[in-house]
Order: sequence, then C-alpha cells, then structure tokens
Amino acid sequence: MKIDPKTFIQDYHLNVCIQCGICTGGCPVKFRSPLNMRRLVKETFFTADPSQLLKRPELWACTTCSTCTLRCPAGVKNVELIVGLRSILTHQGEVPSTVRDAFENTFLHGNPWGRFRDRRADWAKDLGVKILGEETAETLLYVGCAPSYDPRVQNVSKALVKIFQKVDLDFGILGKKESCCGNEIRRMGEQTLFKKLAKDNLALFKKFGLKKIITISSHCFNAFKNEYPDMSIPVQHYTQVIADLIEIGRLKMSKGLETHTTYQDPCFLGKQNMIFEEPRKILSPIPGLNFIEMDRSRERSFCCEGGGGRMWAEGATEGTRNGEIRIKEAVALGAKVIATACPFCLLTLEDAAKISGLTDQIVVKDIAELVSEAM
Amino acid sequence: MKKIGVYICHCGTNIAATVDCNELVHFSSTLPGVKVTRDYRYLCSDPGQDLIKKDIRELSIDRVVVAACSPQMHEMTFRNALSEEGLNPYLLHIANIREQCSWVHKDREKATEKAKHILQAAVGRVSHHEALEARRVKISPSVLIVGAGIAGIQAALTIVYGGSKVFLVEKAPYIGGHMAQLDKTFPTLDCASCIFTPKTVEVVRNKNIQLLICSEVVNIKGYVGNFIVTIKKHPTYVDPSRCTGCGECMEACVLKREVLSEFEEGMALRRAIYIPFPQAVPLKAVVDKKSCLFLTKGKCKKACAEACKACAIDFDQKEELIEKEVGSIIIATGYDLFDPHLLPQYGYGIYENVITNLQFERLASPSGPTEGEILLKDGTVPKAIAFLHCIGSRDENANLYCSRVCCMASMKQAHLAKEKTGAEIYEFYIDINAFGKGYQEFYKRVREEGIFFIRGKGSEIFRRDGRLVVAAEDTLLGTPVEIPVDLVVLGTGLVSRHDSEKVAQVMGISLSPDGFFMEAHPKLRPVSTNVDGIFLAGCCQGPKDIPDTVAQASAAAAEVMSLATKGQIEVEPTIAWIDSELCAGCKLCIEVCPYSAIEFLDVKGISVVNEPLCKGCGACTAICPNKAARQNHFTQGQVLAEVEGVVG
Repeated sequence: MKIDPKTFIQDYHLNVCIQCGICTGGCPVKFRSPLNMRRLVKETFFTADPSQLLKRPELWACTTCSTCTLRCPAGVKNVELIVGLRSILTHQGEVPSTVRDAFENTFLHGNPWGRFRDRRADWAKDLGVKILGEETAETLLYVGCAPSYDPRVQNVSKALVKIFQKVDLDFGILGKKESCCGNEIRRMGEQTLFKKLAKDNLALFKKFGLKKIITISSHCFNAFKNEYPDMSIPVQHYTQVIADLIEIGRLKMSKGLETHTTYQDPCFLGKQNMIFEEPRKILSPIPGLNFIEMDRSRERSFCCEGGGGRMWAEGATEGTRNGEIRIKEAVALGAKVIATACPFCLLTLEDAAKISGLTDQIVVKDIAELVSEAM
Repeated sequence: MKKIGVYICHCGTNIAATVDCNELVHFSSTLPGVKVTRDYRYLCSDPGQDLIKKDIRELSIDRVVVAACSPQMHEMTFRNALSEEGLNPYLLHIANIREQCSWVHKDREKATEKAKHILQAAVGRVSHHEALEARRVKISPSVLIVGAGIAGIQAALTIVYGGSKVFLVEKAPYIGGHMAQLDKTFPTLDCASCIFTPKTVEVVRNKNIQLLICSEVVNIKGYVGNFIVTIKKHPTYVDPSRCTGCGECMEACVLKREVLSEFEEGMALRRAIYIPFPQAVPLKAVVDKKSCLFLTKGKCKKACAEACKACAIDFDQKEELIEKEVGSIIIATGYDLFDPHLLPQYGYGIYENVITNLQFERLASPSGPTEGEILLKDGTVPKAIAFLHCIGSRDENANLYCSRVCCMASMKQAHLAKEKTGAEIYEFYIDINAFGKGYQEFYKRVREEGIFFIRGKGSEIFRRDGRLVVAAEDTLLGTPVEIPVDLVVLGTGLVSRHDSEKVAQVMGISLSPDGFFMEAHPKLRPVSTNVDGIFLAGCCQGPKDIPDTVAQASAAAAEVMSLATKGQIEVEPTIAWIDSELCAGCKLCIEVCPYSAIEFLDVKGISVVNEPLCKGCGACTAICPNKAARQNHFTQGQVLAEVEGVVG
C-alpha cells in the first residue's frame, strides 16, 4: 500500500477541518500526552514536509479508539491520518523498537509476541476442539493472538469453548494455521504486512468453505468486518452469538453470581461497531447478577488505552493510566466485577487493578468467563 | 418560404470567449430560410432587443432564433420583444449556447462546432413553429395559509388588510407556533408574547380570517387561481362556541398517568383534556384522543363533561372534511427542533439537567413550569451553566447546514441566565454567527456581561462528583478543558418538519437536499415554489430568525396580493391535446399523467385533456402508441427538425 504525504490532504479530508476541537476534547489521551488531534490536522495540512511532525513520540499515544473520527462534524479521517503518519515511519524504519519487534514477530511467527506458531493451539489441547483441516465444520472460532498465547486471555478462549460445547455448537479452530488478524499491525502503520495477513487468512477461510466466523477479540472482529477486502463470510463477535443463544433459550444460566457487575464497552466493539446491547443482554439475565452501568458508557465509553498499538508502545504518555481511572470509577460505583469483551481491555484493566492495589475490591472478567461460571 | 432572423449574443465574454461568434454569423447565414444574421454584445439589453424589433419591422422577419443563455433566463424577454412588434411570441426559439456550450467547454474550436449544431437545430425547429395564443384564467381572491406560526399569521394579516379572505389552517390546538414558546427575543430582548399577542388576538378577531385549528390539508386539486383544497378537521371533542376556557374540565380529568405537555417541551405535565397554555389563542380546551381514557378504553365516568358548566364537551364529534376554493396557497409549516438523542455524546435523555434551547425558553418564561426561574430538576439554582453551540447543525453526522438562530439564541439565553441566576456561564462555540442587524452589538454586550466564551465544540458530557462535566478543547489556547457545570443547554438546531415529505406530496412541491421546501430560485424567487400559485414563508423553507421569517411572510403575502389584484393570469399554451380521430382509448396517458389532467370519456371511449390542469410535461405524448396525444410547441415536426439539426 503506497503512502504518499502529498495526498494526505485528500486522503484524510484535512482541508474540510473547521478546527472545532471536538476531536481533542473527546480524546482519551488528551491529558496524558501532548497529542492534539485538531492541531495535528492543521499542521499536516499546512506543511509540505511532514518530517518534523514525524519526530513526535506522541504519534504513538493514539489508541485509535476513533472517538475523534466518529464525532468529527466535518468528516476528517483523524485516525487514518495517524495511521498514515505511522506508515511513513514504518517505511523509514523509524518506529519504536517494541513496535519493530511486533512487526517482525508477526511476519515470522504469525503473532506479535513471537511465540511459536506450533504452539498456537496448545491452550485447546484436551478440550476436544476440532481443528479445521483435520476435521470439518462450517463455523470457525477465530481465536486471535492474545487469546491463543496470553495465559490470562487463554481463560477466555477456554470459557468460550465450554459454552459452545454445552450448547452443541459445531465449530472448529484453525490451530497453528491461524495468523494474526492484522488489526493492530495496520494501525501501527505496517500496511503491507496487514495486506499479507489478510490474504493468508482469507485464503484459509475460503479453503475450508466456512459459513460463519466468530471472533473472541473485538479487534479481530473489526478487521474482518470492516477492513478485509472481499470478505463474503458473515462475521460475528462472540457476544452476538451468546446473546442469540440466550434469546432463543438454547443457553441457560442457572448458577447464581451474586455480585454487582459493571461493563467496559470496548471501543472496537462499541463505538466503532455499535454493538452495545448484546453484552448487556448477556449480563443482565445472569441469576443474582446486579448490573450497574458506569456513567461513561456506550458511545461515551472511556478508552482503556489498549488499542492502536498501545500494547507495544507508550507514546511518551504520562500520569495516571485510563485503566486506573476506570477501575476507580467502577469501585466507586460499588462494582465487584468489571466485565468486558475484549482481550486488551481485560489485560489493561487487570494491570490497572493491580497497580491501584484494588484487586481485593474488584475483579476483571471477560463476559465469556462470567457466562461459563453461570452455566 | 419562412424569413428567419438569427441573433447571436456574446454575453460579454461569457459566450464570446469560448465560442467564435463571427464564425457563427457566417455559418448561420448559410442555413435554409435565414434572411438575416447579426451578433451583439448583450442582446438582452434594450439596444440588443431593438436590433430584433427593427428587423421585424423593416425586413419582415417572421421567425426569430436567439442564440444566447438558457430560456429560463430570457425567453420571456425576447417573447415580449416579438409581441411588441405584433409577431406571435411563440415564433421564437432560444438556442442555448451559454449554459449548454460556452460555460461547460474549454476548447474554442470544438465549442464553436457544437454551437453550430445547436444553432442549426434551432433554425430547423423554428421554421416549424406555429402561432399559439396564451390562455387566461381567473384568480380566486381567497387564500389558503397552512401553518399559523409567526409566518402564517404575518402573511394572513397582511393579506386580509389588503382585502382578501384567508383560510388559516393549523395542526396544533393553538396558534403561534414556536414563537409562542419563546421568552424574550434577540437582540432587543422584547418579550415574545408582548409583541406577538396583538397579532394572535387579531387573527381570531378578524372576520376575513377563517381559522381552522387541529386541522390539516389532505388534498389539493386545480391550478393557480383555482385550487380546490380539502382540509381535514380533527375532532377536539369540545364545542368551541360553548367553551369559555375556564379550565375546570382539566381539574376534573381523572387521568392519573399524566402526559408530557407538548407546549412546555416535556417540562410539565398535562391531563387528557387540556388548554395548551394559559395564554393560548384560541383559549379553548381540547381532548387528546391518544390519552383520554374514554376515547381509548371506553371506560371513564367523563368527569370533565360533568365539571363543564357550559356543556361544551361533546364526545360525539367526528372528523370533518372541508372543501375550499382558493386562488393561491402559502405554506408556512415551520420546523422541528433537532432531536439531540441522535448525538449520544451529549447525554440528552440520560442527564435530566441537559436540556434543549427550547426547553430553556420554557424555563425562562414567566408563564412556564418554573414561572421564569432558571432551576435544576431538583429545584435548586445552578451555579454554573454551559451553552453548547451547533448541536445537530454544521455537522456531517446530523445536518450540514447552519441553523442560523442558535448562536444568537444561546447568547440571549446566556444573558437571561446570568441576569436571573448570577451563575458562571460558558459558551462553547465554533464560530459566532451574529449576522443580523444589531446582532454583533448584542454579542459584544453579552461578552461585557462576563460570560466566558470558549472556542471549541463541546465533545461530550459526563458526570463527575455529582456535577456535569463538559469536555472540549479551548482551541484558541490549544488546551483540552473539562468544565464542571450544573446545567447544560444544547444549542439544538432546526430541522425540516417530520411530515414535510407528506406535505410536499400533497402540494406537489419539491424538497431541497436538506429536507426543507425548495424555493423556485434561491435568490430571485425565494418565496415561490415550482408550482404556480403556491408560495413559502418562514422556516419551512430553511432555518430563519423572526425578522427574516416576518420579511419572507410579507413577501409571500405580496406575491399572493399581486395575483389577486390582477384578477386573471396568462397560462402557457404549450399544453397537450389528444386527437380524437386517432385515440384508441387505451388510457396509457391517464396512467402516466402526473397532474391527473387527462379524463376518459366513457361515451366516446377516448381520452381528453383537461386543459387548465395540464402543465405540458409531455409524458402522454411520449407514451401514446397511436401518436394521438400531442403537445403544442413540441410537435413531431418541430422535435424531429431539432434532432436533425443536432445530429446533422
């Protein structure tokens, strides 16, 4: 994919910006970094040579939550501008070393952490999960990198398998053939690698004649649904699947979870893809679960800072992390559990609970874990 | 042999810069039937027209081709020139070599070549032209006005003062529209009711205005001067001639789950039988059939009827259809407020102290739910208030246009809030659109009063420590801000009414892309529509403040009076007719006619055109398999000659 700074103005609609600042005003890192989206748009518009802008570490602070783009009254593509600038840096080999490693690892091993490809499905050993290619199924559970390798998130994958097996859902996984979806890779600026990953994954999807794909991560869901070219297979996030199963009465939750629970809307599931109801439709009917809503929820949900490559780069951010603010908000609300439906939210919020020393007051859970406990 | 005169206009450099006019002169003089060819810098000017007139007089020219701009611009000008010399005006043809040639091309050679074809087509066509006589129709002096807000009322009063009769149709149970809800008006801070009540009272008092409330126009037939309108009058279940407006029925109504008052923008409750507000005109009770227990469930002891000493309540009232004959129509249906639920980041509907600007008007109004005190939902006085501009306006996610009134309304409300509460006040704005007379001065005054202006659009509202927080960027400082306040007033914009599409359909008029009704010309015919005799006034055509609305309403009234005074008008004779010898009675023409202008004569088994209704669109002539349907000025000979000229 060719990135040409000369076409930035047209590509990202920089010339229609009315400098209203709605982007900066709603930015989740506005107090944590010098990143000022409104000013960046104008500066890029006015400069013929973006090399000065490229030196700024805060270009890596953006979480690509897209609040700015979604609210922009003029149609400026702010997040794509960030991705465009990062793409130049990637092209020039001037990315933070952690980001460089993520790229290399993904290229070599199919995941940004550089774990062995052969061990991608280790979590599913002894669970009786079909591996496509060895057995057949029309529904794919696309696991994703964090749910495959991260011990904390593997729990979510296992919980989901338990749920699907309980309702006799016929599904399979790709096992070690699965590669990273590329959602974060694209957002860190490695457009060519993203294209390659999309091509490889799409070829696999086609080969196995899939009728449906279910994702664990809201980031994979976004990539497949909105960014894979010629994606003709329907994609669902697992919360949509479970909400349907509950609605038609196929999944029953009988065990009580006597707890006050709140929910963090993941940006890639909620504001970017408007999936707000399904997670709530799953949590509310859990027996004994008292669902409480945080003030900033749905379209106003406060980003956990896990997206857009922030798992690999800090972008010189300072001060209290959003995750900590969020955990404190949840505790103040009286929540004992903060649920989410995204591996990155899960990890950032759990880190935040530990850093804040609040692990005795609140636990961070994925919705799949709660459902599997309540079955 | 016809004697054709061809006149080529340079239009300054508009045409001459791209098309070689000299070349056109040479070329056209070779065309068959052309007696004389001339070019001129501005043909539409008096000396330009004189050229043509002189040739008609001295060279006995009997057909004229003007190669110039679009017929929309100057066909009438040149037709009049022909008439003045005694030549039938329909013996003219305009060759459009500006909009369809010089303006859209750059290559001079190719443009000149194209202009030659256009000219050749016009010369070919005009030699087949026939003399036509314009029809005259009478104008009925009565006028229908739809909507009784400030626009409808202003137009109605102007018209009746001029001596015509007005039928004023209003959907709501009271007149005055949105202006009746306002407290004070910018920039002079006149109290809206003080300046408005004399007009509303006059509407009811004036014998030449027939006011129909709770009514809507459901059908229109006819044409300019002779419209037949059907008005549906919904039952109010109260006899207005008996009701004294005492309000005892409202007290007696047993409805427990009260309804949000429409007039109070949901800030107060009302019963099923109600008077919209204490100063309502007409001051009569009405029954809301959606909430009345008797009308919905059939079960109610009808306490209202018992309480009414005037025996005005009548549950047997039925819907009525009323037919009226009018000469012209003014549409003044107003606007809806933008629904801020559509921009969820502002928390409207989540936080009770996030309100719209119209709700603020009701708070500020001495006759409103708080008797004019600016209070939070819990009854306390706010210590800090934020006004957010451009909510639903200048926004691709809502409406791209500027709603024009919200900047000034927000600043006026900031002034009132400061005066009444002494609170700290913030205005979050992108640009201040203070365009009207005295507006910029008002902006300065408000700044002097100590109101904080933050240049940045409000990004979101959330709650922190029990207060509302407005998140935005102070773009002049380049700093993100989060300002705690107690009350947030959204500067909600104006949108076209939810039923505007339906109204447009009934009236046969068009909508602009923004959803408002479309005027015939944005600059020169701002109150006319594409239907002769139907005019627009006020916000139904686009967002406006009160002065502009009143000015436009007066303009629409002037258009109506100009028609009425004339008594009759000429109507284009370029309409369709059906050759009774050829018509096979297949009725295809009746199906395609968009104006229902063709009738079927059962006795003869053929179709005939109802001339006054025909607009000359040509649909019937195109579909007729027998070529029986024909159209004046677009005969087969004329059209084929034109086509030959273009392709030849």
